[in-house]
Amino acid sequence: MENLLLTINTIGTDFLGGAWPLVWTAVKIVLLVLPLLGLVAYLTLWERKMIGFMHVRHGPNRVGPLGLLQPIADGIKLMLKEVIVPTRASPVLYVLGPILTITPSLVAWVVIPFGPEVALANVNAGLLLLMAITSLEVYGIIIAGWASNSKYPFLGAMRASAQMISYELPIGFVLVVVLMVSGSMNMSMIVLGQGQGWFASHGLNFLSWNWLPLLPLFVVYVISSVAETNRHPFDVVEGESEIVAGHMVEYSGMGFAVFFLAEYANMILLSAVASIMFLGGWYPPLDFAPFTWIPGWLWLGLKTFVVVSFYIWFRASFPRYRFDQIMRLGWKIFIPVTLVWLVVVAIWMQTPLNIWK
Amino acid sequence: MEAVKNFFSSFMLLEMLKGLRLTGRYFFARKITVQYPEERTPISPRFRGLHALRRYPNGEERCIACKLCEAVCPALAITIESEVRDDGTRRTTRYDLDQNKCIFCGFCEESCPVDSIVETDIFEYHGNSRDELIFTKEMLLAVGDRYEKQIAANREADARYR
Repeated sequence: MENLLLTINTIGTDFLGGAWPLVWTAVKIVLLVLPLLGLVAYLTLWERKMIGFMHVRHGPNRVGPLGLLQPIADGIKLMLKEVIVPTRASPVLYVLGPILTITPSLVAWVVIPFGPEVALANVNAGLLLLMAITSLEVYGIIIAGWASNSKYPFLGAMRASAQMISYELPIGFVLVVVLMVSGSMNMSMIVLGQGQGWFASHGLNFLSWNWLPLLPLFVVYVISSVAETNRHPFDVVEGESEIVAGHMVEYSGMGFAVFFLAEYANMILLSAVASIMFLGGWYPPLDFAPFTWIPGWLWLGLKTFVVVSFYIWFRASFPRYRFDQIMRLGWKIFIPVTLVWLVVVAIWMQTPLNIWK
Repeated sequence: MEAVKNFFSSFMLLEMLKGLRLTGRYFFARKITVQYPEERTPISPRFRGLHALRRYPNGEERCIACKLCEAVCPALAITIESEVRDDGTRRTTRYDLDQNKCIFCGFCEESCPVDSIVETDIFEYHGNSRDELIFTKEMLLAVGDRYEKQIAANREADARYR
């Protein structure tokens, strides 16, 4: 494998010279983004299937075997539909909205490590970059809601701006604690830090991961990331029964599809981050034979899949929160809890019981 | 005390976990959806679907143009014209049943003294326009000829309750 990479690199440098690193990076980006978009498409199918199962139904099973071609059929349908720009809308911003929504959710993948050295950009401030990029997400929604020049999208955008910003704070505090215990902002270092400890040295890797000592923060992170992606039970931004589809009301065809892709790409992204921060990234849960055979990126994928399935499980289980309840949960519960836990962990790290040395 | 208990049970998300457990149990439950074109729900012999006009075993049509069905039809979906045939019997020359109007109450079948107009258990039929849903005498007789066995079996099964 490494020989192959080396040959490709030498041939590339021979042919293209100085331009090769650019081309090579572009190839790597495509290799990351295309499977990601495929996963996003099939996540929609898995969501419909899983919610179906929880409703004692079968879910989509007509298009192809087990309904496996359903996302493709949906994609074709959406692509063939007309994109209608409302007359009174602001055309530039209207087009910019979906693009600004999907870009951050794809860009943030540069810092996700799939293995010890396998990341598109193994930057030292990876965590910071991630938080910065995911915060941009809200702009797309606000711009889309504003540019539509319509009442419901406007309300949806207002709700989105309030909700996504409030839940960014607890997520920020949670990540600060993770940063504290691992002593690095580099995503790979955070994962490597979880691979050591008393349990890890006894082969029970999964008890050494951050989720156990930081369990309350893990719960807060999962709930906040549900709110951050505007999904049930915090989906007042879309709120079908109140404001139809929020910022997406005036979008049709591919415009709508891009919002949809962005939502699911974001779900996968935040689950991948949860797996890296709390569930030991590419490490297998038990450090012996059958588990170590499975490659690291697959473990990361499996963990991400489990967390994403939890999001869908929440959607099938809980009714929508009222908007003031969402705000109360964010500001009056999560922020104090994470702040207190931040102090508790900080004190813990100063005592002889510190497990993150 | 109660307040403290409530605080901790909501803070520990106990009710949320209960909800998740319930939906999690149904995730593995046997799915009860009937896969319609392949699987079908059982149909009662009293099912009131598409109409048919029946014949006697010797091929003579049963309808004697008494017009009871036309009179009883609450939706005015039936139109009958009659004449006296050469052998002196009364028969219909026209028996139109407008499926756009029909409400499938089954009164026509109840009122028929010779069990001629019946409702079968066919419910999968369609028309691309309204006039395709006006069933003439020939069409109704064709339905009757085609499904006579099923119609007779359904009447037989239900006979003792009538």
